[in-house]
Amino acid sequence: MRPNIIEQVDTTFIITIGISFFLLIVITITMIVFVFRYNKKRNPVPSNISGNTLLEIIWTVIPLILVMIIFFSGYTGFKNMRDAPENSMVVKVTGQMWKWTFEYANKKISDTLFVPVGQPIKLEIYSVDVNHSLYLPAFRVKEDAIPGRVNYLWFQPMYEGTFDIACAEYCGLSHSLMYSKLVVLPENEFYEWYNKSQPIDSTINIRNTDTQK
Amino acid sequence: MNSQSDTKYIHYLQYRGKFKGIPGWLLTTDHKKIGLLYLIAMITFFLVAMSLGFLMKLEMLKPSSTKGSTLMSAQTYNAVFTLHGVIMIFLFIIPGIPAVFGNFFLPIMLGARDVSFPKINLLSWYFYIAGAVIVLISLHTGGGPIDTGWTFYVPYSIRTTANVSLAVFGAFVLGFSSILTAINFITTIHHLRAPGMKWFKMPLFAWGLYATGWIQILATPVIGITLLLVILERTLGVGIFDPALGGDPLLYQHLFWIYSHPAVYIMILPAMGLVSEIIPTFTKKNIFGYSAIAVSSLAIAFVGYLVWGHHMFTSGISDTSRAIFSFLTFVVAIPSGVKVFNWVATMYKASIDPRTPFLFIMAFIVLFSIGGLTGLVLGALDTNIHVTDTYFVVAHFHYVMFGGMGTLFFGGLYYWFPKMFGKLFNEKIANTGLILFVTGFNVLYFTMFIMGYQGMPRRYYTYLAEFQTLQVISTIGSWIMISGILILLGNLVYALFRGRKAPDNPWGGTTLEWTIPSPPPVYNFEKIPVITKGPYERN
Repeated sequence: MRPNIIEQVDTTFIITIGISFFLLIVITITMIVFVFRYNKKRNPVPSNISGNTLLEIIWTVIPLILVMIIFFSGYTGFKNMRDAPENSMVVKVTGQMWKWTFEYANKKISDTLFVPVGQPIKLEIYSVDVNHSLYLPAFRVKEDAIPGRVNYLWFQPMYEGTFDIACAEYCGLSHSLMYSKLVVLPENEFYEWYNKSQPIDSTINIRNTDTQK
Repeated sequence: MNSQSDTKYIHYLQYRGKFKGIPGWLLTTDHKKIGLLYLIAMITFFLVAMSLGFLMKLEMLKPSSTKGSTLMSAQTYNAVFTLHGVIMIFLFIIPGIPAVFGNFFLPIMLGARDVSFPKINLLSWYFYIAGAVIVLISLHTGGGPIDTGWTFYVPYSIRTTANVSLAVFGAFVLGFSSILTAINFITTIHHLRAPGMKWFKMPLFAWGLYATGWIQILATPVIGITLLLVILERTLGVGIFDPALGGDPLLYQHLFWIYSHPAVYIMILPAMGLVSEIIPTFTKKNIFGYSAIAVSSLAIAFVGYLVWGHHMFTSGISDTSRAIFSFLTFVVAIPSGVKVFNWVATMYKASIDPRTPFLFIMAFIVLFSIGGLTGLVLGALDTNIHVTDTYFVVAHFHYVMFGGMGTLFFGGLYYWFPKMFGKLFNEKIANTGLILFVTGFNVLYFTMFIMGYQGMPRRYYTYLAEFQTLQVISTIGSWIMISGILILLGNLVYALFRGRKAPDNPWGGTTLEWTIPSPPPVYNFEKIPVITKGPYERN
């Protein structure tokens, strides 16, 4: 079983925010304590301290270790993000001002991304005009659509439901309306839709499931 | 030297050269007056760009899909956020501290009578104004206001009908201003230090400007050429960036960020230098780890060149390069962190006088730390993929740039105002303004971190209904913050006309500008001082 990308991203986030919060509190509290403790009324004569090499080494090395932990956590999650499983279902996505079009292996074309639950999906991302960026906030993944190149991302929907697909790279007038939907269906319902021959299909009755975060 | 007892004393503002009145200002080669020319222009541009930001936040009060009309159309909003960015970045944040305070104070702090090339110094102000005027003209000509975002990404910037070419040309001209100022400062630092002022006896503000100067000289030509190529692509269709003509859009992003990432350090290094000036003055103490702070400025300037790719983690650059850029990004975080520790450590066993400029420093340390630490979320690869191009980046950027450079621009103004104009200001009003500023700032931008992690993309004219509550809170924050800024500026304008006379050294500073009268005489020093001790040493 592959590690879950969502959990990995959230883990890196929590580690980073934890370390950050700790450092921020230490810096802020220390500063405030010093301002009160070493106020000119309480401490009229300043001590003549101009440095301490040991201290400076310590506060260089400890943060270095902390950021390396963050780096490795981020890198581990990232490696998983870039390594799509071999059994992934490949869907071609094309961005254009201002809509997404999804094309399946059987040439079926849709403006909504329907996928079967539990199936790893690899999106091959194209653009026909300017830069866009395919963003699935609920799955913590995003990759730019750049004209003249093919980019990719993969994700694995573990629950049925409907999720937002946004465009994250500014692309002009209706950039903020370039939303589409990811609809995760039970396997049989997906294949029922998949094998129906319709040229452009978003007419399927989207089941009334709540958007899951 | 005491200005009060010397009735014949004429300071730089009273001095009459060859020309009087406005021509006297426009043809001045006095580094202090040039600094003031920049100051007037810069505060004007800042207020314009701030108003644009205010309008953007007003538009965000409700999604445009809801009933009733909103403030502006999508096209207008896109032009407004572009101009907000272009004006803030190219006319305020990048030139800000060096052009105003560097010009005014660098020669004085070094014990010099002016910069090395006073006429070139004036010329760079004209380049600055010319660039600004060209951007202004671009709004009313051709296809109208630029709508690409301040990053001018191709292919959109090639294909939009808006007047990109002229606006971008304005930014190109601004580059000359930046380069000439940097050449002037570097030469001044090399040649005009007072006798006895060795490199490591130089004030840290000068170190900050020195590191900044090298980035400006070496990196600015890259953006200059890149922007010219965008113009050529638009007019002649040469096919360097647009894939429809055989070009590569990623090439543009590489070139853009090879300048624009180091530019982030152009924005912040002078502010860090200023922090290192203000802290010793109000702690009455030598700065902790002078050499570490000085050298880390150069280290940041150097490593800052090597991390441009972290702006492109989702663009499809190779996985290996993404990993390397991420690693280097964490490395460059260290010297910035070390500086913060040094500043706080300086307060240990000090004798702190928490006057207004010192409170700016405390605000800076908190805001800049939040900005820097959230940068770790963006530096880590997997979280970057999720939050890049969302409000998270917008929030991070504003904490670092506005909370960092912006806070210190006003902090520097408050620190040096008595010296520049010879007037004292009301500290209670200033402190109230500062508290409003910091409170509003956090309400405005911290909510953006949350929205960003929840998936709110940046540069959106409208948004999903689920974000409305946070958007409204954020907008209210903008009102609080702007009222703080207006109080801070209004207080100084009032002091300019009604303020009490300032003594030569109101804060008890140790650097050379505090040894001469307020306001300074035209040629700064009657006798060039001889330096025997470090810049922050007391007795």
